Amino acid sequence: MTITDETIDYVGILAKLELSDEEKARAKKDMSDMLDYVGKLNELDTDGVEPMSHTFSINNVMREDVVTNGDDRENMLLNAPEAKDGAYVVPKTFN
Amino acid sequence: MSLLELTAVELGNKIKNKEVSSVEATKEALASIKAKEERLNCFVTVDEEGAIKRAEKIQARIDKGELTGSLAGVPVGIKDNMNIAGMLTTCSSKILYNFKPTFNSTAVEKLMNAGAVVVGKTNMDEFAMGSTSETSYFGPTKNPWDLERVPGGSSGGSAAAVAANEVPFALGSDTGGSIRQPASFCGVTGIKPTYGRVSRYGLIAYGSSLDQIGPLAKDVRDCATVLEIISGKDDKDSTSVAEAGADFTSALVDDVKGLKIGIPKTYFSEGLDASVKENVLKAAKTLEEKGAIVEEFDLGLVDYAIPAYYIIASAEASSNLERFDGVKYGYRTDSFLDLHNMYKKTRSEGFGAEVKRRIMLGSFVLSSGYFDAYYMKALRTKALIKAEFDKAFEKYDVILGPVAPTTALKLGESLSDPIKMYLGDIYTVSVNLAGLPGISLPCGFDDKGLPIGLQLLGKHFDEKTILRAAYAFEQTKSYECSAIAKEV
Repeated sequence: MTITDETIDYVGILAKLELSDEEKARAKKDMSDMLDYVGKLNELDTDGVEPMSHTFSINNVMREDVVTNGDDRENMLLNAPEAKDGAYVVPKTFN
Repeated sequence: MSLLELTAVELGNKIKNKEVSSVEATKEALASIKAKEERLNCFVTVDEEGAIKRAEKIQARIDKGELTGSLAGVPVGIKDNMNIAGMLTTCSSKILYNFKPTFNSTAVEKLMNAGAVVVGKTNMDEFAMGSTSETSYFGPTKNPWDLERVPGGSSGGSAAAVAANEVPFALGSDTGGSIRQPASFCGVTGIKPTYGRVSRYGLIAYGSSLDQIGPLAKDVRDCATVLEIISGKDDKDSTSVAEAGADFTSALVDDVKGLKIGIPKTYFSEGLDASVKENVLKAAKTLEEKGAIVEEFDLGLVDYAIPAYYIIASAEASSNLERFDGVKYGYRTDSFLDLHNMYKKTRSEGFGAEVKRRIMLGSFVLSSGYFDAYYMKALRTKALIKAEFDKAFEKYDVILGPVAPTTALKLGESLSDPIKMYLGDIYTVSVNLAGLPGISLPCGFDDKGLPIGLQLLGKHFDEKTILRAAYAFEQTKSYECSAIAKEV
């Protein structure tokens, strides 16, 4: 499968990655090779086969909505690149 | 004899019998790490001060009779994708270079509660994506058997640290072979439990439907002992289950009479190294001589496992790794125009090439227009692969095969051709797709003196049968492999 520049740019938007020209060229080749390779699955007839995400049956887990963990905000914010007044700081999002 | 040549259970016994203290054992591990790390690079973080403090506390509790378990006081290394409160946890990535979690992963906490002493965090492929431990932001780990070779991956630091007698045992994680393949390359024993057996809470996710935590250790008994401690249902991971048959150490019986073992013929065709083939088949013969019924059979769809795996794992990775955006933790780019640009620059600078490759592929196969053709197709293939195993396990108790097509590769040999590297996972990935347990243990050496791994696969939640078969095989070993023979 041929991957166009437009596809790489589009996937870059989805993946939130900004690739250099060199990386783009490499990504085009890698993705094209990989899609050709995984295209092998088309040899298989999977009509009527249910897609399987879990290999044995488990049910939705229900519980009472009770808070069991304490407030750990101060500690968690220590990991933030930037924090202020008990909140994360992000760049301005609108003018 | 150094304390570190002992297995974890042997060392635990010595501590229990007051022949040695946890502090002495921990200091010895730290000294061994210090002496070898420059050459091996098994660890991202060594917490020397903290480890000694923890050992002192543990020893006090052992002395009071509060801690009586088999691993109380024994040092352990933890793969750097499992959260430990206050300890640097990087996933061997630049994007988490400074991350200190506020909580413990359940598996690690269970080990701590049992008295194990965490000495540090082991190196790995970045975000567990790789089969060589070379994609680490902190440089590759070297194989203790040959410093010019890779230890395998992605739990390469854990496997090499055990093989080099830096720690008696370690935890790893396995998404497509990441415990079993490095165990094979480093001549140690590792088990990937059934999906759901061990809580994934606090394990930084790669492919959530495939990831499982498990031990890397010197022998089968150590693996069973560790697994007994870390397994079980956890309210914090709703995919973990409370299944019976978790008394793993009771399975350590030297008896395989009547055990039905199937060997997939397709595993022994082209691409398999001659010495690997010879030693794995010799292991089958050994089990047969001990009374097992060994038979060849046709396991279908072997060639479809890798394509299905890389679609599913990449898709899940692209979603799981969305959280790394320079806001909540880890790396943030220095200069940016706006919020969106900050996300993009942070991620582009923070992730390495292999991680970006998989995020791109994953984003593509989940994108509208391709979702059905790739992602859903892979999930349907997964169902067919699982059915093939179900069929095989109607006839056999255990499936026996190699872990990897080769022994440890030279550093730098794999990364240039990703697909070639992915093909090395052919015997391991299907197990993750089908959610089955698999154990890797040493079964000999190739002509270069490198260890070869034997893989035994079992039914869902039937780790005990593969542990029994592995244990029985281990009793016949005529060579020293688990405690490393070579001086690093």
